[in-house]
Amino acid sequence: MRLTQGTFSYLPDLSDAQIRAQVEYCLQQGWAVSLEYTDDPHPRNTYWEMYGNPMFDLKDAAGLMAELDACRKTFPGHYIKLNAFDSTQGWESLRLSFLVQRPRTETGFGLTRAEREGRRIAYTTHAYATDRAEGERY
Amino acid sequence: MGRRDQMTTVSEGSTRYKAGVLKYAQMGYWEPDYQPKDTDVLALFRITPQDGVDPEEAAAAVAGESSTATWTVVWTDRLTACEMYRAKAYKVEPVPGTPGQYIAYIAYDLDLFEPGSIANLTASIIGNVFGFKPLKALRLEDMRIPVAYVKTFDGPPTGIVVERERLDKFGRPLLGATVKPKLGLSGKNYGRVVYEALKGGLDFTKDDENINSQPFMHWRDRFLACMEAVNRAQAASGEVKGHYLNVTAATMEDMYERAEFAKTLGSNIVMIDLVIGYTAIQSMSKWARRNDMILHLHRAGHSTYTRQKSHGVSFRVISKWMRLAGVDHIHAGTVVGKLEGDPNSVQGFYNVLREEHNAVDLQRGLFFEQDWGGLRKVMPVASGGIHAGQMHQLLTYLGEDVVLQFGGGTIGHPMGIAAGATANRVALEAMVLARNEGRDIWNEGPEILAAAARHCAPLKAALDVWGDVTFNYASTDTPDFVPTPTAS
Repeated sequence: MRLTQGTFSYLPDLSDAQIRAQVEYCLQQGWAVSLEYTDDPHPRNTYWEMYGNPMFDLKDAAGLMAELDACRKTFPGHYIKLNAFDSTQGWESLRLSFLVQRPRTETGFGLTRAEREGRRIAYTTHAYATDRAEGERY
Repeated sequence: MGRRDQMTTVSEGSTRYKAGVLKYAQMGYWEPDYQPKDTDVLALFRITPQDGVDPEEAAAAVAGESSTATWTVVWTDRLTACEMYRAKAYKVEPVPGTPGQYIAYIAYDLDLFEPGSIANLTASIIGNVFGFKPLKALRLEDMRIPVAYVKTFDGPPTGIVVERERLDKFGRPLLGATVKPKLGLSGKNYGRVVYEALKGGLDFTKDDENINSQPFMHWRDRFLACMEAVNRAQAASGEVKGHYLNVTAATMEDMYERAEFAKTLGSNIVMIDLVIGYTAIQSMSKWARRNDMILHLHRAGHSTYTRQKSHGVSFRVISKWMRLAGVDHIHAGTVVGKLEGDPNSVQGFYNVLREEHNAVDLQRGLFFEQDWGGLRKVMPVASGGIHAGQMHQLLTYLGEDVVLQFGGGTIGHPMGIAAGATANRVALEAMVLARNEGRDIWNEGPEILAAAARHCAPLKAALDVWGDVTFNYASTDTPDFVPTPTAS
């Protein structure tokens, strides 16, 4: 399967030049960029691991690209996403968030159904990756 | 009496309150010197007086009939602080280029209104006055709600930012589709459409406004089938998905029952129709806030009073009322689709729904500055006759915080529903990527789509089928103020 979280997951994986262009756009908007990684891509997993703090004072996209290189070397088989944070009053959240690395094989999710009273079903989405221990998933 | 006398308030007590009939202007509803207070509710009406009725008297009549007045003098006014309770028409101007129509500004003291009640606000402002005989027609064009009054409303239970955080979707418009055909599908077949569309790449699917609980599909069947589809699609994509379950019903008790069932099934969103009324909308808003539910509003019925320029209520006013009443989504026009929508007017509605603060913007029909006092933002929904080939126009006109709903444009795709959804998603992501890269999407849009279609057969098929479909008809609801090019 192909995980389609993130702004650009229906396009072919972005090249580094394309990623850099998006970072430049974010910096022009005054947003702080940052990287997060995980080996548990459950759709409700809000808290991926932070690869450093958001780069609030970054001026040059090269700074983020260097971080991305380092992050990819440390976590070659993880999902990595790039976030852009806008601290403007009334927003104070992400403005852009897209995947910049995915594992070679994506194992996807199973759906568990528990039959309840009436015809109700309680659903659980299960990431197959998490059947294995942290660090051994991808 | 000369005209001047008829336009002047009769101030002396015994003369003013002598039994009989006075002009509304004489009763104190026309005050050209009035300086509106920051706490006043302001309303702007388009009035078309009957032949022979002075525009100032007509404006005073509107002020009177939407506040304290009745057709004759009543002495019981003198038991009250009646000068304060009288609404005041304070400015009347001719509508540019439209003889016989006038714009009237009217101010209402804050104490005329019950806190946090759209029903009360509207019972005054549009209660009796629209049938008043001395007017041929009347339209409520805009309102300024003072922050003091804004703060008595809850506003959207979720709002754009928190909705995005819950869905974990940022940086692009959301994508939806209304299940078609809107009537007749069984629960099982209905859920099939939901599953295919969500799995193919949409974020949301939607019940239509008139899908409630009919012989062909009872509501519980629909809810169960749709939630199976939503959960299957979430597992297939790893993304949060949703289906707007329409809980509109005959009574509040029925609506609460349906909404509770949607909650127990794990739905993240429910839907209501504008026809349920302002009080029911506010009740459902409070329910949604208590239950962490996104609340979608379909504006069913609005065109009966929003579309014609001479009479009714502008949709920008409905947008303001609905932001106060507290909905998270509202259909607000597409510009390019099959339903009414002048670009400037529609952008005016979107600004009302999405901005922290609206500046005066006559070109977009916004006559007043409006401070939203921290009230959350409403996500506008663009739905009705739009397709992937218009993606550059949609993104340019409507921006990023909008749900783009392609019903026919998804379900009618020649390669199937999932392919239709994929075509829309690829077109959207390609356009956002290109815009962020600094490309001129308005002019290069078709090229950008063609390039994206080279790696996406469903998009190519969609462009082949619908690429040339447009709905070019003149709009009826257009702003009166257009920028005049200055001579260079």
